[in-house]
Amino acid sequence: MNPRTHAVKTGLARGWHEFALGLRSPQDWGFYVFMALVTLGYLWLNRNNTVDGEGISMSLPAFAMPSILGALIAFGLVIGPGYSLAMEREDGTLLRSKAIPRGVTGYVAGQVVLHSMGIIPTFIVILVPGMFLFDDLMQNGAAGWLTMLWVTVLGLLATLPLGIILGSLVPNVQKMGTWGFFPVMGLTAISGIFFPIQALWGWVQVVAQIFPIYWLGLGMRSAFLPDAAAALEIGGTWRTAQTVVVLSLWAVFGFLFAPRVLRRMARRQSGSQVEAARHDAAQWVR
Amino acid sequence: MSHPPVIEVSGLRMRYGDTDVLDGVDFEVARGEVVTLLGPNGAGKTTTIEILEGFREPSAGEARVFGDNPSTADEDWRARVGVVLQSWRDHARWSPHDLLLHLGRYYEPYSTPERKRPYDIDELITMVGLEDHADQKIRTLSGGQRRRLDVAVGIIGRPELLFLDEPTAGFDPQAKRDFHDIVQGLADLEDTTILLTTHDLDEAEKLADRILILAGGRIVADGTADRLAREITREAQVRWSRNGERFVQATPDATQFVRELFIQHGDEVADLEVRRATLEDTYIALVQQFESGQTAMTTATAFEEPGG
Repeated sequence: MNPRTHAVKTGLARGWHEFALGLRSPQDWGFYVFMALVTLGYLWLNRNNTVDGEGISMSLPAFAMPSILGALIAFGLVIGPGYSLAMEREDGTLLRSKAIPRGVTGYVAGQVVLHSMGIIPTFIVILVPGMFLFDDLMQNGAAGWLTMLWVTVLGLLATLPLGIILGSLVPNVQKMGTWGFFPVMGLTAISGIFFPIQALWGWVQVVAQIFPIYWLGLGMRSAFLPDAAAALEIGGTWRTAQTVVVLSLWAVFGFLFAPRVLRRMARRQSGSQVEAARHDAAQWVR
Repeated sequence: MSHPPVIEVSGLRMRYGDTDVLDGVDFEVARGEVVTLLGPNGAGKTTTIEILEGFREPSAGEARVFGDNPSTADEDWRARVGVVLQSWRDHARWSPHDLLLHLGRYYEPYSTPERKRPYDIDELITMVGLEDHADQKIRTLSGGQRRRLDVAVGIIGRPELLFLDEPTAGFDPQAKRDFHDIVQGLADLEDTTILLTTHDLDEAEKLADRILILAGGRIVADGTADRLAREITREAQVRWSRNGERFVQATPDATQFVRELFIQHGDEVADLEVRRATLEDTYIALVQQFESGQTAMTTATAFEEPGG
């Protein structure tokens, strides 16, 4: 038995166990339901608004629903691991893993499973009621669902390592707002999620297209919307090849750097540091 | 048959900013020994242990555990070492049973015929006395129960070397006794080498084959509790009464003193009691000695640097 493979397997089981614990936890469901209410509420209030382009007009929910799903992947997989790592550094989970042979390998494998699985309830609580609330959300049938699947997987590979990098670099949980939450929200606002990106200045469009959120939204729209809706996009096409290239580049970047950043962070973990973090947290609460 | 020492430490220094927490620490621990590290708060006990656990790199000096440098040692090395740190708040949603089962799995590839890894989970849970709480959420455990779980996690891989940093802080007397039984069992039956820190001097005396006292960043005493008492606080206390009046006398040679007492007063001597210095006396004396020494040094430095 290769100890490394064994540790990864143990870690995968760990992630699954944590996911299952989450499914039994009212807090986690509270979070999923809250997200669904905000998303669906926004779409419902805008159900009579339209998004207009040359020779095409569609309801805002039809445009925004797939985009939001795309953005939620980025949100869940950057902020989720970010928070987990920052918090579990402070409560000693990571140190505990470090004290065990290949425990950090297992810990990371567990995080990958836990946060990837988290996409499933997020999508279910939004998509299932969404199907009843809005007509014709998915217009491409089985092929559309398949596209949704690969965009999701590719998006996951592109964003999850970024979450791990974020969680390793952020000084403490309290800083997650400025380091993680606000940048991601800001980026979401300019990434053509709630309205077509062409409404923004040219340079903002360029900035947005560097990051994965725009491409996740675009990929999701290509999955849900009819081909005619591509007229609303930059260049009037779905730019599928470019979506794959940009998201893959982010994935490669993440897989190159996340392990290094993580190793550096894990090396610095010690009991005194956990103790100091606990002390700081207590100060902060007071 | 002799084994190389499990722990070898020489010239260990640790500097934070301008302060030397450790200032040249040297000691060795042989296989199967139970060694207690004593010292006042801030003396560097935890720092020393963290260096040996591989969680911290010393500023200078050398630490070897099983012949390897702990901060660069590999995962096979890690499998031989058990760690119980001072404070955990992790895995709040897990149950002790599930957590031990999960953490134990990491040790499976390191199992050998002589040393089966990990421990049987149910056996371990009974051993630390958590059988009534094995399936409740860790968040709901009391402080003492949590600590028992920490000890269980520390020994789940059947370590050859176990580090315990203040393992019984917050234990009630019964829990303490249970814990002492576990430690003695590990040392006797499993040939586990143990290095622990504590503030409880009775505990140190009860468990340790050898005691190290760390003060001012150095090991200021190293020996059995008995030897330390003899070497450091040489005086014994003699108490007696004569004609209903009570007397106390400190003397370096209690035997000679008592002989003379009888020659002088004969049958009038009653309630005779000779008390050797306890570990506590020794400890307090040593730490005071050290602290007054340090004050003297600080004063000297102050005079050398006028106008500072």
